[in-house]
Amino acid sequence: MKYLVKLVVVMFAAVLSLGAISTASADKLKVGFIYIGPPGDHGWTYAHDQGRLMIDNMLGEHVETTYVEGVPEGPDAERAIAKLAETGHKLIFTTSFGYMEPTLKVAKRFPDVKFEHATGYKQADNVATYSARFYEGRYVQGQIAAKISKSGIIGYIASFPIPEVVRGINAFMLGAQSINPDMKVKVVWAYTWFDPPKEADAAKVLMDQGADIITQHTDSTAALQAAAARGIYAFGQASDMIQFAPDTQLTAILDDWGPYYVKRTVDVLMGTWSSGDTWNGMGPGMVGMAPFTNMPSDIAMMARETAESIRTGAFHPFTGPIYNQAGELVVAAGEVAPDFPMLATMNFYVQGVDDKLPE
Amino acid sequence: MLRLEPRSTQSFAAAWLSPVMALVLTAITGGVIFLAMGKDPSTALYIYFVEPLTTTSGLSEVAVKAGPLILIGIGLSFGFRAGVWNIGAEGQYIAGAIAGGGLAVYFHDSESTLLLPAMLVLGTLGGMTWAAVPALLKTRFNANEILVSLMLVYVAELLLVHLVQGPWRNPQGWGFPGTRMFPDVAIMPLLFAGKRAHLGTLITLAIPFIAWFILARTRFGFTVRVFGSAPLAARHAGVHSHRMIWRSLLIGGGFAGLAGVIEATGTIGQLMPDISPGYGFTAIIVAFLGRLHPAGVLLAGIAIAVTYIGGEGAQISAGLPKAVTGLFQGIILFYLLAFDLFTRYRIIVSSRTTE
Repeated sequence: MKYLVKLVVVMFAAVLSLGAISTASADKLKVGFIYIGPPGDHGWTYAHDQGRLMIDNMLGEHVETTYVEGVPEGPDAERAIAKLAETGHKLIFTTSFGYMEPTLKVAKRFPDVKFEHATGYKQADNVATYSARFYEGRYVQGQIAAKISKSGIIGYIASFPIPEVVRGINAFMLGAQSINPDMKVKVVWAYTWFDPPKEADAAKVLMDQGADIITQHTDSTAALQAAAARGIYAFGQASDMIQFAPDTQLTAILDDWGPYYVKRTVDVLMGTWSSGDTWNGMGPGMVGMAPFTNMPSDIAMMARETAESIRTGAFHPFTGPIYNQAGELVVAAGEVAPDFPMLATMNFYVQGVDDKLPE
Repeated sequence: MLRLEPRSTQSFAAAWLSPVMALVLTAITGGVIFLAMGKDPSTALYIYFVEPLTTTSGLSEVAVKAGPLILIGIGLSFGFRAGVWNIGAEGQYIAGAIAGGGLAVYFHDSESTLLLPAMLVLGTLGGMTWAAVPALLKTRFNANEILVSLMLVYVAELLLVHLVQGPWRNPQGWGFPGTRMFPDVAIMPLLFAGKRAHLGTLITLAIPFIAWFILARTRFGFTVRVFGSAPLAARHAGVHSHRMIWRSLLIGGGFAGLAGVIEATGTIGQLMPDISPGYGFTAIIVAFLGRLHPAGVLLAGIAIAVTYIGGEGAQISAGLPKAVTGLFQGIILFYLLAFDLFTRYRIIVSSRTTE
């Protein structure tokens, strides 16, 4: 993927030198970002900010980037997004699910501005959506957890019961079951993306219930550190968090937004941007895994092999037979769950998840 | 040895000068902080405190943000004057949004122009109902209204989360907690095309004038003022403390509930878990910053709103972190409390005491 990006950038530079586009330093393209947390969360927002910095590094001569951090998913979001549009930003990335309606509202008011909404499902002529197949990494984590757990209970800190999160829990469960069919996953719904004390509390509740491995779908390093304090293993989320828990992190799902951000920015510069939906995984490099640490080498080897077979497309985490909690067969043996509608709108648990989906 | 001694008389001018001085000193302190961060203080202060007021969209946003703060702050100031400590306006705001917004969820196909007014009424009643609980417990069992009203904030938050992810969840919402978008007739009309200021903003900005009239010109306003400053005298004059507790909480709750439903129908257009960025709590600061006077609350609401809007502008055009906004609000309150201390007390430097 990175080579692809470099190629795009080189092509772009070539076009520029031909004089197809003239960008004086005075009229650089302004690209804006709306963040749910601070870039210092070392998780979700940090990963998006790394993507922003990649734009700076590769296109800094033609592009200027800006971000607004800690924008709540409520009445304030629309104002912050509109403020970026009003201040001359022509490409705006809104990086949390709850920005969907405000992004669409502002997009209506600023038809000449391009918007990119992460993890949403509503597009418009000037609103594209993008997300990553995090569930691919979840499956690998599930396998590792099942190999390492002694209690057979995994604690899962979930944020909101939306398809993206439910998909992650299911992929994790399927990965764990592929090693040990009796594995249990306990879920705590935190109803927040970023709230370190709440995330840590959720981890403690799960550990008190016997979980000896913690994984999370929230943005900070708090849960990982809570696990470290009790001396059990855990997974990082969205970024490599190893520096916060060197003896605890088994691996982390890495979000690599940079190449996509660079490509979309180049699209705007060249006038070839168009709306659409992008959903990439390990294959194109939007999802990666942090080094497999704190585990025996045979388990690391297994994890690497699983990740590799997912990356090459040889294996899909949602390969049947898959049963729902009621025991009904939802994906037949040997078949792969389709993106639409099943994966995109997933609102059921697979068999074995020790939780009731909030209704 | 330093010690504080209450002043026998309190200067009226000092009481009103202290918020002004607090703002001035905050600006100076802020300038020093910007300097330490390597930013030009005058530019940064301009972006923070002036720029939001220089464009029409900035003014519109300040009005939208100040609206709920002022409305709740006014409602609370009645109670605070009478010595009734309603800390749970956040919960009453949410209860109002639930009660009013629920109507739009239920009648999501409606095209009746009566829907919006009905929602406003229900929202106000919802906030009053939530505030009636601490009033009842206070007058019946002498339960502390600070604790009861605060606890009910969490109850309201959990009730809202339950509703928007359960019975009221948008069937087309892919499982994300949130109701359907309200029908068009349940959305506040915009005042200007392309700006977010809406009819509800106008209502919230008109409230201080009505409140001023009630306080200054009605018998009820008089009793509120007397009750707060001299409860014993008020009792002799026949003002019942129970009635005052009920009225204070119902006014505070009603205004907060109205603010909640106005926000839901004005800027959001649906119910979702994050309908308040802490308006009910920030309004307590606004009420005191405004000296519990309607005109003061109006100005204080605008001042606090400006720091929020300016904070976003500073992130975009000066690359300043969001934390600076919180820092500013904290510094304002710190200076205000400090000045208040000195208007009420004098410092006595006592000579060595005999031991």
